[in-house]
Amino acid sequence: MLEINNLACTRGDHQLFSGLSFSLFAGELLQVQGENGKGKTSLLRTLCGFITPAAGEIRWRGQDIRELDEEYYAEMVYLGHLNAIKDELNALENLRISAGLAGCEVSDKEAIAALRHMGLRGRETLPVKVLSQGQRRRVALARLLVGNAPLWILDEPLTALDVGAVGLMQELIGTHLAKSGMVIFTTHQPLEVAGVEMRRLTLT
Amino acid sequence: MNKLSLFGLLGLVIRRDLMLAMRRRADVLTTLIFFVMVVSLFPLGVGPEMDMLRKMAAGVVWVAALLASMLSLGRMFSADYLDGTLEQMLLAPQSLSVLVLGKILAHWMLSGLPLMLMAPVLGLQFDMSVQALWVLVVSLLLGTPILSMIGAVGAALTLGLRGGGVLVSLLVLPLCIPVLIFGTGAVEAVTSGMDITSHLSLLGALLVLAFAFTPWVTALALRISME
Repeated sequence: MLEINNLACTRGDHQLFSGLSFSLFAGELLQVQGENGKGKTSLLRTLCGFITPAAGEIRWRGQDIRELDEEYYAEMVYLGHLNAIKDELNALENLRISAGLAGCEVSDKEAIAALRHMGLRGRETLPVKVLSQGQRRRVALARLLVGNAPLWILDEPLTALDVGAVGLMQELIGTHLAKSGMVIFTTHQPLEVAGVEMRRLTLT
Repeated sequence: MNKLSLFGLLGLVIRRDLMLAMRRRADVLTTLIFFVMVVSLFPLGVGPEMDMLRKMAAGVVWVAALLASMLSLGRMFSADYLDGTLEQMLLAPQSLSVLVLGKILAHWMLSGLPLMLMAPVLGLQFDMSVQALWVLVVSLLLGTPILSMIGAVGAALTLGLRGGGVLVSLLVLPLCIPVLIFGTGAVEAVTSGMDITSHLSLLGALLVLAFAFTPWVTALALRISME
């Protein structure tokens, strides 16, 4: 369970948000809303531990994430604006390396299955630089399929995706929640997951 | 799906960086060609005075190695920073210092190691004795990893800054002076018939010290750069 108490974040002299409190339980889906520049990305990056909060605390299973450190990172996946994939490598190599950095060794077979599930059949061994933006995003999203971390933090996961891929993401989030996972995400596109009530947090 | 051990992760980072370098060979060759060019210019510029060349050989090779290793420092973290891989490295469920160590070792294999292998060939242009060439190679073997390690700290501190390339040289070069002094000192000692163990031991000590602290300091600097 993720618990946020009285969280505040400042960038430079500007205060983005303060007094933010919420908790997220297994099987819950939380959408962070707000206009551009209201601190959605900063909130997600604070939850990843990249940004030190100006005040407040973030607890995972009752312990501060700063103390948990590596144990917390083993249980979360972050997908940011940047895809974290290398142009020089192919989709398969990219997926195996990013899964490796997240601490799990994935066999070729598992990686290919994940890429095919993301609709990249026949593109597995092409250098990523010849793929389109949407296909690159799909390579990055395939990482969600090969890990088993319960907490997903997704920053604009739907950028550059077509309708089919958005449907795929909805399905993916649905299955993850059914396995008592947790998802926090931001998006400016409509995203509905069947059978799950979406919680919304609006930053003002 | 298996959990990856600490050494598995270290191996993965090294393999990844080497693989990327093989797909972008120009970057690796630039460092090596720069080194070869700079060292070869000296005999041409100074002229065929063997005594003078023999005296300056170690210094020239070492200074060129120092400058060549500066060339590739800018690329050490910047590509990973720009495409978001560095974010994922910070989120790895293992110590960031180990990942950084992997990147440092890969950097050494791509910049320090080729220089070390090339040095004896270049040393011949300076009419160095076989014994002096051996000592030069050993001193480079001990010294170039230190350059990569100190360089990593500088590269991490200047990550994402404009004009970081110049700044990193200003930060790192003064810290490399001890390595230069003991590295050239060992070669000078052997040519004048003195004992070389003191110089090489000091280089070894510096290497151990850098190995113990720089990955950790670099990891801290990277976390600061990511804020």
